[in-house]
Amino acid sequence: MTDIKHHLTDSLLMAYSAGTLPEAFNLAVAAHVSLCADCRATLEGFDAVGGALLDEAREPLADDSLAKTMALIGQGAPAVRQIRVDPVLPGPVADYVGGGIEAVRWRPAGIGVRQAILPTSSSATARLLHIKAGVAVPDHGHRGTELTLVLQGAFSDEDGHFKRGDIEVATEAVEHTPIADTGDDCICLAVTDAPLRFKSLIPRLAQPLFRI
Amino acid sequence: MSSDQGQTNWPLQMEKIRDARDEAAFAAVFAHFAPRVKAFLMRSGTDAAMAEECMQDVMATVWHKAHLFDPSRATLSTWIFTIARNRKTDMLRRDRRPEPEDLTWGPEAEAPQEDVIALQQETTKLGQALAMLPAKQRDLIEKAYFGDLSHSEIAAETGLPLGTIKSRIRMALDRLRHAMG
Ligand SMILES: [Zn+2]
Repeated sequence: MTDIKHHLTDSLLMAYSAGTLPEAFNLAVAAHVSLCADCRATLEGFDAVGGALLDEAREPLADDSLAKTMALIGQGAPAVRQIRVDPVLPGPVADYVGGGIEAVRWRPAGIGVRQAILPTSSSATARLLHIKAGVAVPDHGHRGTELTLVLQGAFSDEDGHFKRGDIEVATEAVEHTPIADTGDDCICLAVTDAPLRFKSLIPRLAQPLFRI
Repeated sequence: MSSDQGQTNWPLQMEKIRDARDEAAFAAVFAHFAPRVKAFLMRSGTDAAMAEECMQDVMATVWHKAHLFDPSRATLSTWIFTIARNRKTDMLRRDRRPEPEDLTWGPEAEAPQEDVIALQQETTKLGQALAMLPAKQRDLIEKAYFGDLSHSEIAAETGLPLGTIKSRIRMALDRLRHAMG
């Protein structure tokens, strides 16, 4: 947990704190922060910026504001979602899966690759990828930003070597070919704000079918 | 207890809410923070009626979750900000807001008093640094927190290329950090 080498950018952490990211990106940030004390500290700093901004301005309230709030309190506390504990999936991801790693409903997505799309709002896509040890994911570029968080095993690409907890932040320009390490199968959470573009013909045809 | 924001011992008020369900303590927290939460929601683009309703919900959550407030990890302003931000996401976008694991601010033991004081001092410095930022950087930070704007949308709105915006936000943050160090 302490040897995470690839982190979130300040602007992603700030946007998460401000609450302006698409849901799928929020999920990737929450999942990385669940594993990374450094990014958690930075995030708490950005939350403090939010707190300082909150302190600055005031708006007059309705006359019965406090009374209505007390009435609302009287209706009781909303149910608290139980946090799931899983050795592979961080809490927020397990929450979207509706269980631990064994509850993931994988679908084939090419040779040696399986995926499961997580139910987020449509402005960005979050999916779990299961890449067999030693397998290369087809060379792809993408139009938007792509975040890939390693949850099990490891992969390498042009940008380096990524292990559990590491997150790759890839922008538009990057074309990369992730290859899973031999040994353990690699499981990642991958988030994109635009569809991927595969270079070879077959994955491209498969793209609408698999929503990648 | 003074109503002056610099003087009020918010951790103590929150303890009273948590341990004794003290309505007078809640009224004090409400008098200070409710107008700020409402302003925050309106600065985020919510109309007055919706901001009022959403604010009541946020303040009710402050009551219900009082046991999760840990003054050694966040000031009351910061903690209430996170609640208001989450509620804003729920209400405006109808998205779920995934939260990190283990961010249940719940202290089993009482937080050491020196940690609470150190955090409050640091946060005061942050507020001062924020107030002293040059107008242009200040603008960008406000846009980042109050606009529902992504970086590329900010670029379109200000006519500045994306790289410049990102580096300016970064510079603003570096300055903030510097001022806090
Ligand atoms: Zn990190």
